[in-house]
Amino acid sequence: MKTVRLKIDGKDVEAKEGMTVLEAAREAGIEIPTLCYHEKLAPYGACRLCTVEITKNNRSRLVTSCVYNVEDGLVVKTNTPEVQKIRKMLLELMLASAPILSDFAKEYGVDAPRFTADVTQCILCGLCVRYCAEVKGANAITFVGRGVDRRIAFVDEVVSTGVCMDCRQCFGVCPTGKIPRETDGASFEGITVRDVLAQSK
Amino acid sequence: MARLKSPADLEQFRQGLRSGRDPKKPCVTICSGTGCHALGSDKVSEAFVREISRNGLKGKVDVRRTGCHGFCERGPLVVIFPQETCYLGVKPSDVSEIVSETLSANRLVDRLLYKDGDGTKVQLEDEIPFYKHQKRIVFGNNTLIDPKSIEDYIALGGYSALSKALFEMSPDQVLETVKDANLRGRGGGGFLAGTKWETTRDAPGDIRYVIVNADEGDPGAFMDRSLLEGNPHSVIEGLIIGAYAIGSHQGFVYVRQEYPLAVSNLQIALEQARKHGLLGKDILGSGFDFDVVIHRGAGAFVSGESSALMSAIEGVVGEPRPKYIRTAVSGVWERPSNLNNVETWANVPLIIDKGSDWFKNIGTEGSKGTKIFSLVGKVNNTGLVEVPMGMTLREIIYTIGGGIRNGKKFKAVQTGGPSGGCLPESLLDLPVDFDALTKAGSMMGSGGMIVMDEDTCMVDVARYFTEFLADESCGKCVPCRAGIEQMVKILNRICEGEGKTGDIELLEEISEVVRAASLCALGQTAPNPVLSTIKYFRDEYAAHIDEKRCPAGVCKALVSYYIDADKCTACGICRRECPVEAISGEKNVVHIIDQDKCIKCNTCYEVCPTRFSAVRKISGEPVPASPPPGTQVARAKGKQE
Repeated sequence: MKTVRLKIDGKDVEAKEGMTVLEAAREAGIEIPTLCYHEKLAPYGACRLCTVEITKNNRSRLVTSCVYNVEDGLVVKTNTPEVQKIRKMLLELMLASAPILSDFAKEYGVDAPRFTADVTQCILCGLCVRYCAEVKGANAITFVGRGVDRRIAFVDEVVSTGVCMDCRQCFGVCPTGKIPRETDGASFEGITVRDVLAQSK
Repeated sequence: MARLKSPADLEQFRQGLRSGRDPKKPCVTICSGTGCHALGSDKVSEAFVREISRNGLKGKVDVRRTGCHGFCERGPLVVIFPQETCYLGVKPSDVSEIVSETLSANRLVDRLLYKDGDGTKVQLEDEIPFYKHQKRIVFGNNTLIDPKSIEDYIALGGYSALSKALFEMSPDQVLETVKDANLRGRGGGGFLAGTKWETTRDAPGDIRYVIVNADEGDPGAFMDRSLLEGNPHSVIEGLIIGAYAIGSHQGFVYVRQEYPLAVSNLQIALEQARKHGLLGKDILGSGFDFDVVIHRGAGAFVSGESSALMSAIEGVVGEPRPKYIRTAVSGVWERPSNLNNVETWANVPLIIDKGSDWFKNIGTEGSKGTKIFSLVGKVNNTGLVEVPMGMTLREIIYTIGGGIRNGKKFKAVQTGGPSGGCLPESLLDLPVDFDALTKAGSMMGSGGMIVMDEDTCMVDVARYFTEFLADESCGKCVPCRAGIEQMVKILNRICEGEGKTGDIELLEEISEVVRAASLCALGQTAPNPVLSTIKYFRDEYAAHIDEKRCPAGVCKALVSYYIDADKCTACGICRRECPVEAISGEKNVVHIIDQDKCIKCNTCYEVCPTRFSAVRKISGEPVPASPPPGTQVARAKGKQE
């Protein structure tokens, strides 16, 4: 496979064609924060924390590094003031519904969050939904609702087959620990599709 | 009907249709677009059929139910050919007079004609100011065509552009013509259609798709709907030509399920086109195969976004996907997919028929051709208007739209749908084209144009549109979902009188991140209503926050009502109409509003007779002390003295 040469934070980096900027950076030891990325899953681009600045043909813009593929000659900056500002605001927005992330957010300068929202301790990164579908192949978790009403929920008809009993792979991928806190893999009271729909009414 | 197997067949069929039609034969066309339909045009049509028969004119007068004519404000609309006499607001009870007078005796029914400001009556549709200043190259045929009749479309020259493209032009020539015409997408972004077509044509892969975006979802916008309902063949013809240029054999029309008339007229049109050999295998004997599938959308605004729309066509949830690789290269099932909006496709046959030079002669340097706008809000003549690009907002709103209702003052015009911006009076002379609108902080969008008068609160408007976008955000990415949610919270508190110093700056701070970091265009443009109103109406935000005052008197929490004791005549109307019994008083006694009970519904203000105007609406100032209970009204006092 073709090798692509790019520059990340001033460092010359070689990557394989088809890799994302995020993968290339991490392979080169450059850390870019993510909350919805998982190496076993297709990139999703939802948390936007991995936003970086790229320069190509003398033009700079912001892109989401988990879904942007490496290109020859690309110049990437992962930590500009603008990027920092965006990350900080994104974390501040997430904290309103998932205050459990406050230590993580502090690392990026969010000390006194200004927003409030329904506390669900879920940032809708979809790791559980996607891991269950893409790796486990069980499709036991799904999204319900749209916009601010969007929630994750276990599918009643699937969990009733007992498929979740000794799997629990979603426990480990959940960045806020919501799932292991709200289910033990046997009982799903309050977080099934039926329950979530009933709560939203 | 036998299939048309060659251009000659098509021309012969067209000539046959034309020779069977006497241009002098009277024809009553009744607008049956959604607006007129809602106003009862069905009953008007039935009445015409009945009355024509009753007057012995059956066979001597045609009746045609057409798509939207555009002047929705004054529907149901009737135009009688060949004179093109236009009657407005026609009710079934008017029909017998129209038949006996106009059709039988060639006399006008004066009261149904348009009257201009000085009372002069206007007979012809084209002479009515609303129509006179338009340039209806795309929309004009709506008046002449029964959308359920392919014969009507063909008789007017329909499918001649397709025939020309297939037999006189190579796919490259078609593409070059569209490129040369500088046709820009009418759906929002204004991207050059020819360039997009070229990208799809050149993308690797054997299978390519062409798609019509008919997921029009902006509040108050209905131009794509009316085009699809009124002239579906023009969109289909454009799509087939595009498919030929791009090398696609499969098309989709993504249309909202909530547009039942558009769906059914489209289904009929596709079926007719297939029967006539204009769609399907070996179109017109050219060897080119192409067919179209209708995909009905389930009603999510975000599904109008290209990647979300394509997900929906694939059968999964209509949520946007990251698209650093364009959908033109990797779209439906990761195949090259060219998506254009309804109006864009409808322009294509015109460009092929009349040439790119003709098209380029209309419009401005950067925006060619015409644009259909849905002109709504506080303007006298609401409806659909098609104007050349570059016409000023003032001409559209005043010359065509007839100015602001009830003699009120203009305040702002919102263009581009919910993610567009609000432009103030100082920009009324802005020429309307893609670039000028974007530069001013708004956008063309798909052509919504909402006019607002002095009684509109701009913070409330920003709140309304931002709330709409919060509801319609799919919720996938953080900045759009959570950012818009927080913006709505801040706007709500400002409107409720709880705004804090720094809220304007906080809105700007969130906006910047929502714009820069959101996954799709919905989020990226969602801050526009807030940013444009802050830009042009910052003082209104400041009045709400610093003075707890709503200058337009709209935000309930910031207004109070009281009754001016010197003007109250104790007529009792407000007391009787108040839904919460907050007004006390009796005969000859000054009425008083109990501020604790008042729900600020505005009823007392509206019902107080203008000759008294005793009910006052105030904002940002304390409510004056009420007179002692039992105070006699001034008039009663006068009598006593």
